[in-house]
Amino acid sequence: MHKSRNQQASAYLFIAPQMIGYFLFVLGPLVAVVLYSFQERNLLTGQNLFIGLNNYIKMFSSDPILLKTIKNTFVFSLGQVPLNIALSLLIALLLARPFRGVEIFRTIIFAPVVTSAVAWAIVWKFLLQGGDQGAVNAVLGAVGISGPNWLHEPGWAMVSVIVNRVIKNLGMNVIIFIAAIMNLPVQYYEASRIDGAGPLRTFRSITVPLLMPSLLMVTILTVIGSLKVFDTILLLTGGGPNHSTMVLVYYIYYQAFQFFQYGYASAVAVVLFLIVLLMTILQWSSRKRISHYED
Amino acid sequence: MKINKIRYREYPLHIYALLIVLSIPFLYPFWWMLINSLNSPDQIFGMPRLLPSGWRWDNYGEAFRYQPFARQYFNSIYIAVLVTLGNLFFAGMAGYAFGRMKFRGREILFLMLLSSLMMPIEETIVPNFFFMKTFRLINTHIPLILIPIFGAQGAFSTFMMRQYFITIPGELEEAAFLDGLSAFKTYLRIILPISLPVFSSTAILTFLYSWNCFLEPLVFIDSVKLFTIPLSLANFNDSYGLPQWHLQLAATSVSVIPILLVYVTFQKKITNAMAFSGLKG
Repeated sequence: MHKSRNQQASAYLFIAPQMIGYFLFVLGPLVAVVLYSFQERNLLTGQNLFIGLNNYIKMFSSDPILLKTIKNTFVFSLGQVPLNIALSLLIALLLARPFRGVEIFRTIIFAPVVTSAVAWAIVWKFLLQGGDQGAVNAVLGAVGISGPNWLHEPGWAMVSVIVNRVIKNLGMNVIIFIAAIMNLPVQYYEASRIDGAGPLRTFRSITVPLLMPSLLMVTILTVIGSLKVFDTILLLTGGGPNHSTMVLVYYIYYQAFQFFQYGYASAVAVVLFLIVLLMTILQWSSRKRISHYED
Repeated sequence: MKINKIRYREYPLHIYALLIVLSIPFLYPFWWMLINSLNSPDQIFGMPRLLPSGWRWDNYGEAFRYQPFARQYFNSIYIAVLVTLGNLFFAGMAGYAFGRMKFRGREILFLMLLSSLMMPIEETIVPNFFFMKTFRLINTHIPLILIPIFGAQGAFSTFMMRQYFITIPGELEEAAFLDGLSAFKTYLRIILPISLPVFSSTAILTFLYSWNCFLEPLVFIDSVKLFTIPLSLANFNDSYGLPQWHLQLAATSVSVIPILLVYVTFQKKITNAMAFSGLKG
């Protein structure tokens, strides 16, 4: 009895600093952002005007950029997530097996993950220059393809950002998949070999179902991660051309710290919060549905 | 070098060819950066080469003179060290309590903490900006230290710690309790010494996080002297706003290469920690 009460007290002491910090820098601001979204905040005069739902009305009635931004955010995720997962699974299948040299390739594929997104974007901005200036177009030109001005044409800019992020972050998923593949029980593979299944059939009927939990988890991580593209967008395209790569996280920054529309930026943050919440709920429900694959 | 028990076989050549082609977009940008950090601005563009044409080593010296880059480099290092230490200290204690102690509200508090992992940092940046402004902390390094310690990275480290602590056998603490050790002393004398692996991998991940942080310095720092490296790299423009490409690439190389060296040295540890963090999330 005495012990457990004592333990309760020390437990609260142990978690206190981290939790207080969490309330101050995460939960508090999260509540504040909702309050701010009903205000017009002026940094110069220090006055905060309560304007009710005006920010929200403005968002959906007179801000075409916001609607474009929401659309872009989804386009970015829908482009980035499947490409990332398909490629990382393919690479992981190649690198999970005990062949000579696989470790070198693992090192290479993962190197961009530890590199800062800023440095990565700086280099790729050079590589993706238009005309025959950038290395990518120079190589394409050598085989007779005239490459676009990647970062300055609306459709291609989005493609460039997506591919840039996939290459930067892919290694993370590759490592997770490799760990999962190496833990797969061998006997299923022996059985399928004895049954005379080819590699494709084995992949479809054995590898994919067994990898389902990891696949789902990687999907969730990648979707969540796909919302956090701030650095790449700012450095590669600045949201352009013509707002074609403007995404929600960048739009919050853009409204708050370039146009000083703090209240409006907060309303955008609330929209982003709702999207994250929606995806979290989807994650929980889908996790339950496939739970029979987990042990 | 560890002796590997696995007997390695060899892939057929076309698989290696495929792997080599696949690695180009992952590896070549680093090489491209290095080569062109030694070129003059007009040699940077066009057909990629395998070696620099200029060998202008002075680009590196100039990068340091152009901005107070040494100062900015130091800023990044000392901030990352403080963030890492603070993070290990607070997240270690919290992770221990969440993993080993029974108390009311444990699950809900832990879940709340974890929810910050879902949230992009941009979500709370506006209120945090006003918060820091109220305490006159704009244009200081304090926000760059406090927010990573207590924000998403803090939650993440707490999670890593907890996952490790729940695997420790209970007998150790029983013995400590019978010896009359307080919870804090048990943590300090019994638990810490056997927890080096999780502390070192958390330290590496936290250091990297702080080193690569971009939004916080962008929002909170105005003076060039207080810049951290990522901010400084994005700022290699001359007084007319024209980019100084060769200097930017030299500075980028100086910032990326040490990290890559550390990564190659501790590769297993880093990838394992990251894969683990993903697997359990």
